[in-house]
Amino acid sequence: MAEIVLDGVTKRYPDGTTAVSELDLKIADKEFIILVGPSGCGKSTTLNMIAGLEDISAGELTIGGARMNEKAPRDRDIAMVFQSYALYPHMTVAENIAFPLRLAKVGKAESKRKVQEAAHLLDIEQFLDRRPAHLSGGQRQRVAMGRAIVRDPKAFLMDEPLSNLDAKLRVQMRTMISRLQKHLGTTTVYVTHDQTEAMTLGDRIVLMRKGVVQQMGPPEELYEHPHNLFVAGFIGSPSMNFLNADVTSDGLQTVLGPIPVSDRMRRALEANNAPAQVIVGIRPEAFGDARLVRERRPEGHDLTFTGHVDVLESLGAEKFAYIDLGSSGAIESEHLAEAFQGNVTDQSRSQLIARLDPMSRARRGENIELDYDPDAIDLFEPETGVNLSERV
Amino acid sequence: MSRHRDRTAGWAVVDLVVVVCALIPVVWIAALSFKAPSTISDGRFWPTTWTWSNYAGIFKNDDFVRGLINSIGIGVISTLIAIVIGTMAAYAVARLEFPGKSLVLGISLLIAMFPQISLVTPLFQIERGLGLFNTWPGLILPYITFALPLTIYTLSTFFREIPWDLEKAAKMDGATPFQAFRLVIAPLAAPGVVTTAILAFILCWNDFLFSISLTSSSAARTAPATISFFSGSSQFEDPAGSIAAAAIVITIPIVLFVLLFQRRIVSGLTSGAVKG
Repeated sequence: MAEIVLDGVTKRYPDGTTAVSELDLKIADKEFIILVGPSGCGKSTTLNMIAGLEDISAGELTIGGARMNEKAPRDRDIAMVFQSYALYPHMTVAENIAFPLRLAKVGKAESKRKVQEAAHLLDIEQFLDRRPAHLSGGQRQRVAMGRAIVRDPKAFLMDEPLSNLDAKLRVQMRTMISRLQKHLGTTTVYVTHDQTEAMTLGDRIVLMRKGVVQQMGPPEELYEHPHNLFVAGFIGSPSMNFLNADVTSDGLQTVLGPIPVSDRMRRALEANNAPAQVIVGIRPEAFGDARLVRERRPEGHDLTFTGHVDVLESLGAEKFAYIDLGSSGAIESEHLAEAFQGNVTDQSRSQLIARLDPMSRARRGENIELDYDPDAIDLFEPETGVNLSERV
Repeated sequence: MSRHRDRTAGWAVVDLVVVVCALIPVVWIAALSFKAPSTISDGRFWPTTWTWSNYAGIFKNDDFVRGLINSIGIGVISTLIAIVIGTMAAYAVARLEFPGKSLVLGISLLIAMFPQISLVTPLFQIERGLGLFNTWPGLILPYITFALPLTIYTLSTFFREIPWDLEKAAKMDGATPFQAFRLVIAPLAAPGVVTTAILAFILCWNDFLFSISLTSSSAARTAPATISFFSGSSQFEDPAGSIAAAAIVITIPIVLFVLLFQRRIVSGLTSGAVKG
């Protein structure tokens, strides 16, 4: 059990590329921290540097107060779970789990007891005599976990451990990992590119982009108060809606119609030299079916607009309406392009996603009047991507 | 349906031609080895009277027995050394980035392609100067040289197929680099090592050129070269029967090896050729 501290940790490759730059991170004892970001953001490199599988170019890494930069992986007393599970194919499950103990020269009886304990915890006792080739993906994943927990290390490092599993199993294993980490109370660093995993698992999230930390904090904080466009676009599923807006004396001119400038927005704009253009960000759940909203709060004074429902996804507990906004509202921003990496979106047209109550009568191919709360709007500077409304 | 049958028949004919072409010399030698000396040149393919006398004769010949011992000893030692060095070199080539890596691969390929005959005279001079001529080490050294490119190339494809994550995992589990190699990588590479060892042994076993050029007596002469020194019991006797019997004897181990390890040898020769 230990605290892991990264102080200005940097990874530079011989060809001059910087994978991670000046990373400061203090991981408290027993904390579950998530490194998340699109591919190539430096999250796996960071994990490998903590593990000792990659050298640290600059900065200092301490685990439990001791400098680790020059220590070999085996002297750091940390365990790692790999995306590929990396089980030894020529050993049985029991031998796989016992391997770290064998290397640590733990006695036979003691080793057997610990393997049993770990297997019991992970519910893989019945597979102990099998070889990894005869296990399913989920079972292999648990064996890999078993090999990590068996020697009671100072910390766990997990490199996308769930990404090879199917969706349903992934959710089960997510819960299992969360429960296991709380039960064992071992400091854990978890790398993923999946923002849902990040939101659900971690005590704290470190969101990275191109080797630089964009924002660090509890999941709710990143969700509710994103520092910039990238964070706002990356965190949340479906992601936040972004619209171009001209700032005029009548308010913000958007494809949804004019949005009156509230006191909060005015303060935000004034504090940032009153830019002429901003990007408006609205979460899908900030929208509601105007008809339902009026029934529930007749005195409401929210904004409304009418849009054409392009696609409607009904998930039972909620409905997602995809509103076609035509080609005018499309946003070109490198911050967003990076945040949406891998998500196929039609670049030429812009659409808006609204999360609606299942009671809504929205229908595909019909128009719907949507209501939204101006207080739920975030304003971003188009060039730098900074969230203007964050600190007011 | 009939087109399908035509095609099958066509292939059968081609296969038959290939098999016959490849086997006729072998069968011929086998047939010769069972002929009595007096009937060697009787113009018949099959012996009129079958005899084991040629086989009995060569095993009474001390030079041939000595040649077999030399062949086995020199072959095994060369193979062992080539495999140990080759395994380490192949591991480095497959896993590490180091300056001069492509040079190492280039040189070993060059050696494999080098015409051996052009080396015989210089090697002869060098070995005489060093006192290695007509000794076991005098043959073991060039055999290692020519077995190494084969072992490095074949083994590096085996090593490349072992996921690197396994080695990282072993390191994280507390293994030293050597423990990771010994406990995780080597057991997984074992089938490849065995296959490569067989290929290397066959290479040494089959050599004639170095053996005939770098030896002068039965002290180090291997079996294939020894056969060329066979003479009949008298000056006028044709030793063809004995030569044929000896050729069959030294072919048997190779045939057995190949039959036993056929699958592995084929996969060893082709592994890495296509992405699996």
